[in-house]
Amino acid sequence: MIKVEELRKEFAGLVAVDSICFEVAQGEVLAFLGPNGAGKSTTMKMLAGFLTPTSGQAWIKGKEVSAEPLAVKQLIGYLPESSPSYKNLTVKEFLGFIAKARGLFAKELQTHLLRVMEQTGLTEVQNKTIGTLSKGYRQRVGFAQALVHDPPILILDEPTDGLDPNQKQEMRKLIRSMAPQKAVILSTHNLEEMEAVCNRAIVIHQGRIVFNGTPLELLQKSRHHNEIRITFEGAVPPELVEKLNSLPEVAEVRIVQGSILILRPQGGENLLAAVNHLLFDYHAHLLELYLEKGKLDEVFREITLGESP
Amino acid sequence: MKALFQKELMSYFYSPVAYVFIIIFLLATVGSTFFLGRFFEANQASLEAFFLFHPWLYLFLIPAVGMGLWAEERSQGTIELLFTLPIGLAQAVIAKFLAAWAFIALALFLTFPMVLTVYFLGNPDGGVILASYLGSLLMAGAYLSITLVISSLTRNQVIAFVVSVMICFLLVLLGWGVLTDFLEPWLGVIVTETISGFSFSTHYNSITRGVIDSRSLVFFLSIMIGGLVINAMILEAKKAQ
Repeated sequence: MIKVEELRKEFAGLVAVDSICFEVAQGEVLAFLGPNGAGKSTTMKMLAGFLTPTSGQAWIKGKEVSAEPLAVKQLIGYLPESSPSYKNLTVKEFLGFIAKARGLFAKELQTHLLRVMEQTGLTEVQNKTIGTLSKGYRQRVGFAQALVHDPPILILDEPTDGLDPNQKQEMRKLIRSMAPQKAVILSTHNLEEMEAVCNRAIVIHQGRIVFNGTPLELLQKSRHHNEIRITFEGAVPPELVEKLNSLPEVAEVRIVQGSILILRPQGGENLLAAVNHLLFDYHAHLLELYLEKGKLDEVFREITLGESP
Repeated sequence: MKALFQKELMSYFYSPVAYVFIIIFLLATVGSTFFLGRFFEANQASLEAFFLFHPWLYLFLIPAVGMGLWAEERSQGTIELLFTLPIGLAQAVIAKFLAAWAFIALALFLTFPMVLTVYFLGNPDGGVILASYLGSLLMAGAYLSITLVISSLTRNQVIAFVVSVMICFLLVLLGWGVLTDFLEPWLGVIVTETISGFSFSTHYNSITRGVIDSRSLVFFLSIMIGGLVINAMILEAKKAQ
């Protein structure tokens, strides 16, 4: 659905996006991760047809963005960062304008308007002026605007920015529910969000792609991937520590605050079965057992800063 | 393009701006006719006094209508939304211009009681009145086009307004009798006439006398079209800033 080749954007000699390549297939939800100014938004703006690439090409369903800009724009629903809208219009007027500009008319337009307001929970505020709405609602208006023509491609720049936890949850559910029929690119700073919604992640740093893979693969890059953390009732049994240390798959065993044992496996293997077996032998009383999936924050810092904390 | 035109035109009426503007427009045009133009004292069934002040009134009124058209898009970030819709750059520029122009045309149309008044009082020259309305509308379009160019250069409406007023003022001034009289002995007739040939007032005055000179039409139309082309070029170059 989306194919990007050697896409590059320079601003007054400054390279914002440095010859990136990637593809997105139908059903994929791709997360763009990266620090501010990494080139995420610039890439999205080029795909949406707002910025003209300095060089390189991008195809949306076989149509090149610079060669057929209007046809490409018709295929895309785009939510710009911080969700701008015409604040003097009501929700319904605004969405109506977008729908008309996208070539929807009369009955079809009404059907789409009702559908999209229902989907994004805007039905009860449809006659309110956008300028008077809260940030969460405005964000939803921006999202509704991107969905009104039911496009096959969604490009969302920080879609859950400014929403409260419940609204974030709803938004993610909505994106997930639409994903099978579409190709979605969204940018986020929220790593939990990436895990919850996306099935692929691209980390951009200084205009280059430094990681392209599944969220799990990204997590596996963490030193803490599959780390096991056990809180005992009372002190950690020393024999257990000895036993664990003798296992070849174990890289490190640490004891924190006397009663918490942290076990780091060699090469990120899942040792839960082996550990469980040992625990059973010792009849140990556990208060908590936790398998660390990996700390995305830390991976992220490692990749983008080239150092671990 | 039709959608954008409609939205832009309706936007004026969604806020009190439209009503305030129309009222001020009518007060200013009609007021200047009676108080400055000495409509009754002239004792003539003509709208000369009415049209006389349009170049000066438009100096403030037209930039007020057009100042926000692009500056506001920029400051609200909606420019990004607009240019990711399947609307071409040229279409967007034309739609915005036409919407604002149509709004001004409406305000101008609402001065029709003046026409009725002179018909009631005497027997005016209908051709001259029609030509004057046409001239006034064309001049408004030229002012608007210049305002749009300035508006696309900034994200601040106030700056757009002030700069537009200054540029339009210059273009009015070039043909102002006082200035041309002053310049003539220094620069000679030919240079002075050339300078005043670039002025709004020179062309406008000839139309309001009932002389629709093709040069005047070309002058106003080329300012309008030229302005729109420059407008589109600026937007293309500075979209992202």
